[in-house]
Amino acid sequence: MGIRFSHYDPEGFYDELYEEKGRPRPGSTLLLRKFASLPEGESKKRQEAAERVILNMGMTFGVYGSEDGQEQIFPFDIVPRIVTASDWERIESGLRQRMRALNLFINDVYHDQKILKNGVIPSELIYSSTGFLQPCMGLHPPRGIWCHIAGIDLVRISGGRYYVLEDNTRCPSGVAYVLEARQVMKRTFPELFEAYRVRPVDGYPSQLLETLRSLSELPDPTIVILTPGIFNSAYYEHSLLAQKMGVELVEASDLVVVDGSVHMRTTKGSQRVDVIYRRINDDYLDPLAFRQDSMLGVPGLMESYKRGRVALANAPGTGVSDDKAVYAYIPKIINYYLAQEPILPNVPTYLCSDRRDRTYVLEHLDQLVVKATNEAGGYGMMIGPHASKQERVDCARRIEADPRNYIAQPTLALSRVPTLVDDHLEGRHVDLRPYVLYGRDVYVLPGGMTRVALRKASLVVNSSQGGGNKDTWVLS
Amino acid sequence: MLSRVASSIYWLNRYIERAENYARFIEVNLNLTLDLPRGTTEQWEPLVATTGAHESFADRCGKATKEAVIQFLSVDATNPNSILSCLTAARENARSVREVISTDMWEQVNRFYLMVRAAASKGLSSHNLHTFLADVKANSHLFLGITDATMSHGEGWHFARLGRLLERADKTSRILDVKYFMLLPTVAEVGTPFDIIQWSALLKSASALEMYYRRFGRISPDDVTAFLILDSTFPRAIRYCLIKSEDSLHAISGSEHGSYQNQAEKRLGRLRADLDFGDLEDCVAGGLHEFLDRFQGQLNRVGDAIFETFFAPRPIHSTIAGAEAQ
Repeated sequence: MGIRFSHYDPEGFYDELYEEKGRPRPGSTLLLRKFASLPEGESKKRQEAAERVILNMGMTFGVYGSEDGQEQIFPFDIVPRIVTASDWERIESGLRQRMRALNLFINDVYHDQKILKNGVIPSELIYSSTGFLQPCMGLHPPRGIWCHIAGIDLVRISGGRYYVLEDNTRCPSGVAYVLEARQVMKRTFPELFEAYRVRPVDGYPSQLLETLRSLSELPDPTIVILTPGIFNSAYYEHSLLAQKMGVELVEASDLVVVDGSVHMRTTKGSQRVDVIYRRINDDYLDPLAFRQDSMLGVPGLMESYKRGRVALANAPGTGVSDDKAVYAYIPKIINYYLAQEPILPNVPTYLCSDRRDRTYVLEHLDQLVVKATNEAGGYGMMIGPHASKQERVDCARRIEADPRNYIAQPTLALSRVPTLVDDHLEGRHVDLRPYVLYGRDVYVLPGGMTRVALRKASLVVNSSQGGGNKDTWVLS
Repeated sequence: MLSRVASSIYWLNRYIERAENYARFIEVNLNLTLDLPRGTTEQWEPLVATTGAHESFADRCGKATKEAVIQFLSVDATNPNSILSCLTAARENARSVREVISTDMWEQVNRFYLMVRAAASKGLSSHNLHTFLADVKANSHLFLGITDATMSHGEGWHFARLGRLLERADKTSRILDVKYFMLLPTVAEVGTPFDIIQWSALLKSASALEMYYRRFGRISPDDVTAFLILDSTFPRAIRYCLIKSEDSLHAISGSEHGSYQNQAEKRLGRLRADLDFGDLEDCVAGGLHEFLDRFQGQLNRVGDAIFETFFAPRPIHSTIAGAEAQ
C-alpha cells in the first residue's frame, strides 16, 4: 500500500485537489487514485526518476561556474496541479482582457496621455516610474502593440477565487519549465496522460514564432533571440526557445548596426536582422540610448528601432505597466479603456505614496506584505507575519524615506496542492504564472508555471528561496 | 551561421576529441609499462612531455609518479586540458549552441560530463581506471555517432568535423611521439620482441591494431609510423584527418579543391600536399620526433588561420557610407 489519500488534510486552506479532508475534487480523483495504487516506495522512485531526467536534460539553474561545479536541478514535484476547464475559461478571458488593456494603456502613456489628462492616474506616478522611458515618447511599434509577451502571476485564496498578483510585462521567464515539466511528467506517468485529457503546451514555441513574425511586414523575416549570455539564470530558456523556434540565439556582441539596420556577424559576413525577441532589460539594450556606463548592449539599436528598421519584443518602455504602484490602478485602466469590469480582480493594494494608505501600512506591518514597486523576483519584499521586529523597523524606515517605492498587500492564504514529502503527501502553497502572447490576436497558453513553496508553511515560491515547480494540467 | 556559434561548435568537438585522446594517452602508457621487463622502472614523465604540459606539471605536482600523472591528465580541474576540464569546456560550448545542435547531442555531452564528474569525485584507482578510460572513449564515439546521425551535414556539421579532425591529427602525432620519449632500457633493445610489443601497444591505443594488421600483416616500426601518418583511409591516421578537414573547409567556404580563398585553406592545403606527395623517408629523414614537432607547429598555424578567417570579430563596414548621414 502506497499513499493513502484519505488521510490528506487541507488544514483549512483552499486546496487545488481536495474539497475537504479525504474528499478529492471531481477532476482529481483519478490522479489521487493512481498515487494510492502505487506500491510502497514507488512514488518516491518515480520522483527520483523524474529528477534524473531533469539532470540529464541539463535543466539546472544557478551556481553556474561555482568552485566545485555543483549545479542544482530545478526542484520539481511530480504531483501536478489540475485546473478544470471552466476555471480555465475564466482565467483565459480575464487574461485576454488584461493584456488588451495593458497595451492600450502603454500606448496612451507614450502618446496622448489621455488617461493622465482625465485624472484617472496621477501623472507624477507615471513620471516617477523607473519603467517609464522618455525616449519612447511618440514611438509607433507595429500595430500599436508594446507588450507581446507577458507572464501574469495569479494566486488563488480561500473561497477559490483567482486574483492577479503581478503583471510581468518586461521579460517574463519560466515558460521553458512549463514545456520541460510536461516532458518529464509524460515520461514519469504516461498512463495518466491516457486517462486524462490534458491540454497540450507544446504549441507555445510556434505561437511565439507567429507572434514575432507578426512584427514584420516581410514574408520571411529574420528573427533572433537576444540573450545576456550563458551566465544568465534564464539562459536555459533562451536557448530552448531558440531551438524550438529554429531561430538564432545571439548575444549583443553578435549584433552590429550598419547604415541604421541591425546585422549579425556570421561566418559569411553580415546578415540583416528584422525582429529581435530580446531577453535583456531596457537599460542594457543600447549604451548610446540608455546606460552609457554599460558595456552591454548594441550601440545604435534604439535609433534603428525608432526608424522602424528593426522590431523589438517586448518594445522598450513596457516596464511602466509593470510598476507595482501602477498595478494598483489596473482595474481602473481596464475600466477606462474597455469600459468593462475586470474579470480577474486585483489583490487589495496600499500605495505608500498615499498618506492615508501609508499610515495604515506602517501601523499594520506585522500583517502585510511590503514590496518595492520597481523590483521583481521577490527582491525587496518583506512578509510581515514572518519578519523579525528589526526587519519591520528597517522596512518602516525605508518606506518613510521613499514612499513612492513601496506598496503593501494583505498576507494571502495562498491555495495549496498536495506535494510529495518523503513517501506521503502534504499541502504546499502555490501560485500560477500563465503566459500570454499578443501578436495578431491574444493567445493564452493553456497551462503555466505552478510555483510551489516546498518548505512547510512557506509562502515564498521563488526558486532561490526553496521554491520548486509543478506541472499544470488544464483539462479540456 | 554566427561566427560565435561556429566557433563554439568547432571547440565543442575539439574538446570532446581531446578528452578521448587523453584517455588514449594514458592507455598507451599503461600498456607500455605493463610489459616492461623486470627491474626497469615505469616511465610516466614522457607522457607529460608528450602533452606539452611538462612545465605546469612540474610546478604543480613535482615528481612524475604514475598516480600523479594519471590524476593530472584525467581529473585535475586545474589542468586546462585534463579530461575533466575538456568535458567542462565542451559542455559550456554545447550549452551556448543548444539551439543549433540536436537535443540528443546536448544530452550526450551532458551525460558524458556527468560521468566524468562522478568519476572525478569518487577518485580513480587501479581497479576502476581501465573502465573509466574505456567509458571516455565510448562516450566520445557515441557523441560522434549522434552528431553524424542527428545533425544536418551542413555548415555547422563541417565546423564540427573540422574541429574534431584537426584535434585528432595533432593527438595522433603525439601518440606516435610517446614512443620517442619512451626510452628503451638499452639501444640494443631496438627491434627486439620487447620493442615490437611496444609498437603494437601504441597501435592498440590508436584503435589501429586490426586495421594495421589487415594492411601490413606484421609489426614493423616503419610500417606503423607510415600507417599512422600517411594512410588515407584509416580515420585516426594524420593524412586521413587532413583530407577530411580540407573537404570540410571547402564545403564551408564553397571554394574548389586545389584552390584557396583564405589563409586557412592555403595553409591546410599545403600541409596536406606535403603528406600526399611525401613518403615515410621524407617524414623521418630529419628524425621522426623533429618531423612530428614541426607538423604540430604547422597544424597550430592552420588553427590560427581558421580563427582569423571565421571566428574573429571583424569590423563590418558600411556598404553605402554616408547615404543616410542626416
